[in-house]
Amino acid sequence: MTLPLGDLVAIIPELIVATVACLVLVLDPITPPSRTHWLAWLSVASLVACFGITVSRMDATVTAFSDLMILDPYAGYWKLLLYVVTALTILLSLAYLRVERIHLGEYYGLILLSLAGMMIMVSAADLLVIYLGTELMSLSLYVLAGFKRFEVRSLEASAKYFVLGSFSSGILLYGISLLFGVAGSTRLSAIAAAVGTHGLDDPALLFAMILLVVGFGFKIAVVPFHMWTPDVYEGSPTSVTAFMAVASKAASFAAFLRVFLEGLGGLREKWYALFLVICVATLILGNVVAIVQTNIKRMLAYSSIAHAGYALIGVVVAGQAAADNETRALGLSSVMLYLAMYAFMTFGAFAVVALLRKGGLEGEEIEDFTGLAKRQPLAALLMLVFMVSLAGIPPTAGFIGKLYVFMAAVNAGLTWLAVVAVLLTAVSAYYYLRVVMVMYMREPDPSAGLVSRLTTSPALTLVLASAFAGVILLGLFPDPLVSITTSAVLPFK
Amino acid sequence: MVPLSAYVAVSAVLFVTGLIGVLIRRNFIIVLMAIEIMLNAANVNLVAFSHYLESMTGQIVALFVIAIAAGEAAVGLAIIIVVFRGKISTNVDEINLLKW
Repeated sequence: MTLPLGDLVAIIPELIVATVACLVLVLDPITPPSRTHWLAWLSVASLVACFGITVSRMDATVTAFSDLMILDPYAGYWKLLLYVVTALTILLSLAYLRVERIHLGEYYGLILLSLAGMMIMVSAADLLVIYLGTELMSLSLYVLAGFKRFEVRSLEASAKYFVLGSFSSGILLYGISLLFGVAGSTRLSAIAAAVGTHGLDDPALLFAMILLVVGFGFKIAVVPFHMWTPDVYEGSPTSVTAFMAVASKAASFAAFLRVFLEGLGGLREKWYALFLVICVATLILGNVVAIVQTNIKRMLAYSSIAHAGYALIGVVVAGQAAADNETRALGLSSVMLYLAMYAFMTFGAFAVVALLRKGGLEGEEIEDFTGLAKRQPLAALLMLVFMVSLAGIPPTAGFIGKLYVFMAAVNAGLTWLAVVAVLLTAVSAYYYLRVVMVMYMREPDPSAGLVSRLTTSPALTLVLASAFAGVILLGLFPDPLVSITTSAVLPFK
Repeated sequence: MVPLSAYVAVSAVLFVTGLIGVLIRRNFIIVLMAIEIMLNAANVNLVAFSHYLESMTGQIVALFVIAIAAGEAAVGLAIIIVVFRGKISTNVDEINLLKW
């Protein structure tokens, strides 16, 4: 048996990322420690190449490996987002890992392997391939979470992430095995056909669906499967936290949407109510528990749970049985838009946290930000912008993202859900703006010792500038991104 | 011939055993074993369905799952070793610096 060349051509970006990941792992031992940053730049270069290839193929829909993989505009959109986030992570890590004294080459290899897993997830059209992609992503992230291996907190984060992550993969896999039993195949198209013939009340099908909801619920961190998030986000190195909060959530959302809209689309009147409950619970718990947090990484973890809740509003709209296809497509595109907006603002906030650590501040307790505006005006200003955007105040990206999600909900006749979400956004303003208040309204504590100046690096400047530009430009000119998401939605049958 | 329902029943028992094991056992290594049991429950299902449906797909998926389980065990044991070095304990309850 030979592999058709066309299939390999179709997955060139995945091949590049996986090959460069292995290359980095091989080159690491023979690279002098003072030259480790070369590996980072090599990784970024490979991402730029992949970005170009994926952009040039955005409009085509190609299937490869007898329909195991599908390369459509939907997958292309998520891949572009993942490349940007991964490149920003690597640039942030360049500065941050040195401060933490864990600047090792294999870090970049693991980040790229994780990215390869995410890319496989977003373009998989088969449950086995989705499972393999998820595992490649997760296994790399378990190791990355424990990368500060001399710090007990980081090891703990790694251990907890591993236990709960593999637990959820096990549940997901059991669901997949049941779906295979029902459909006789793991292809999403075959499962969709089986849903049509078996009807909506097949108990095996419903049980499998619930197991998939649990499995994916852990990966996208929605209530009640969110328990791991605050611990893991707090303990992991900040650059890894940013990567997990943004990239792994985006990839999991992408695969989850494809499975539920394409594979289990016929069951949507069953899963719709389930997601509605999960969505409201996530919004309430994420926003309310974030109020009492004193550690900024923990606060951002609960904020990321809440943001998954906002994105789920779009999923609920896309799964509404009564709505017409146009409304459902609006729901799906609002999820895609929301996660792109979320990526820039959350990444920016974590980057500022990492930057302040560099400045000699411990920089993890919200109290450490006291009087930051006087000590580090620029860092405080950036944090202000990201917090304002996370709270959803115009003219930032966070506002536009929320606007589209709420608009989709209102269009689908879920006005009450939009009202609940808006009220909880007002709650969220409290904890985001508290950070701003601490930075701007309080005098710096003289005994805490003023940080003379931040030692910046070009890479770090680039990261902060990109996140800042993303948040402001997407807030002022969202139209290009909106048209991309609208043209990249999954086709509804 | 053993009916399909017998295999599915065994698989369900294994899955529930693994599920309960992860939730109630506190030793990290036992938790890892419970997770492996969950994966193998899925394997039993896959192979049984594969035989019953006369489709090879299930057996191939099971082979992939075995490989993944091996990778997972390797990463899990590596994490246990570094945690053990740092804390001299493999008890999940003592991994409690962060609020659970």
